[in-house]
Amino acid sequence: MSTDDESGTTEIPSYCGHCGLPAHTPDAHGVDSDHDDSNGGCSTRLAMEPPRYCSQCRRRMKVQVDPFGWSAACSRHGTVTQ
Amino acid sequence: MTRTVSTDQTTALTGIGAAPILDQARDRVLHRGLGLTQEQILQILELPDALLPAALELAHDVRLKYCGESVEVEGIISVKTGGCPEDCHFCSQSGLFESPVRAVWLDIPGLVQAAQETAATGATEFCIVAAVRGPDLKLMNQIKFAIERINRVVEINIACSLGMLTQRQVDQLAEWGVHRYNHNLETARSFFPEVVTTHDYDERLDTCRMVKDAGMELCCGALIGMGESNAQRAELAAQLAALDPHEVPLNFLNPRPGTPLAGQSIMSGRDALRAIAAFRLAMPRTVLRFGGGRELTLGDLGTREGLLGGINAVIVGNYLTTLGRPATADLDLLVELNMPIRELQKSL
Ligand code: SF4
Ligand SMILES: [Zn+2]
Ligand SMILES: [Zn+2]
Repeated sequence: MSTDDESGTTEIPSYCGHCGLPAHTPDAHGVDSDHDDSNGGCSTRLAMEPPRYCSQCRRRMKVQVDPFGWSAACSRHGTVTQ
Repeated sequence: MTRTVSTDQTTALTGIGAAPILDQARDRVLHRGLGLTQEQILQILELPDALLPAALELAHDVRLKYCGESVEVEGIISVKTGGCPEDCHFCSQSGLFESPVRAVWLDIPGLVQAAQETAATGATEFCIVAAVRGPDLKLMNQIKFAIERINRVVEINIACSLGMLTQRQVDQLAEWGVHRYNHNLETARSFFPEVVTTHDYDERLDTCRMVKDAGMELCCGALIGMGESNAQRAELAAQLAALDPHEVPLNFLNPRPGTPLAGQSIMSGRDALRAIAAFRLAMPRTVLRFGGGRELTLGDLGTREGLLGGINAVIVGNYLTTLGRPATADLDLLVELNMPIRELQKSL
């Protein structure tokens, strides 16, 4: 995965890329009471689909899925690709 | 690769006696080449677990006899994602739900690149999909341009899925060389109003019939696991069989956040396999493709079982909004199963 984040820094995710809820720790999925993980687990889901929410600001991203990759763009924090 | 299990063997394997429906299916479908009736399809869908392997074996034998060993490989790409005005309750691309999917358009270079990457896997089909009720002039022009550009640089059959069409649009797509058109029935007529209210079943059928009449191959699929009954699943298979599509993509619901079906539980792998066998026995000659949701419903083992149970086509790589297995996982499996990739035939 690569990013063209304007700041060039790697930040600890503040929000879950799948559901957009606060992710208080990097592996909060399933233990964070804010975070409904009842439908299969967000981290599992993120292995099967691209993130929809920017992990830094929770904006919904513009996501393009290609046959062999994807890109997800936040208007503020740049584009993540895989 | 043919693995025929006789009725006697089946009885010995299960210890509970083979169901008469399997003998009937062997005679009607394997020997006579006729699809099962709706009532018989339902009996396959309701087979006990112990008889599922025998049903899959029979479906595989039917596939080998009427379709051969090869597997058709396809790549799909979304040219316009999200923001659809329709309300299909399973779909994350409807603009009417609180889905996190935002509207995005892909440009022509992106489409050409996706077609080239798809062809590089050995795939012979490339399907361009748009989340629309039906195409407007802008989309039709983009499709025309994309087809010209793709045909210039890569040898691959181009299919489209652009929603409901007018007769003029059908004629234009055929004229531009679109090889196959996808328009799904999705579910049984009796269940359709539970999952779509912005258009009706007959509108879908109209497009399907126009596509066939224009000489394009019809790809018409199913989405199962939305809460329909087994009887409705059988009804769907019979309705598809009556339409006689060239291809049937079989999708399994992947409940999408924000959609009315977000809370639907994921269907069991065994029920998914029963459906694969039943659909093959309903349509012995169709291209029966693994559509979306198989990763979630069936996992790696289920992919193998499906390919040995009636499936003879796969989508390689990712879907429209979700990710598929790595392409190499599917291609390696085909090699291991000694199933060659179907070669390109420019039929139109
Ligand atoms: S018409 Fe197609 S894209 Fe639109 S909501 Fe229905 S399934 Fe989704
Ligand atoms: Zn989450
Ligand atoms: Zn952001």
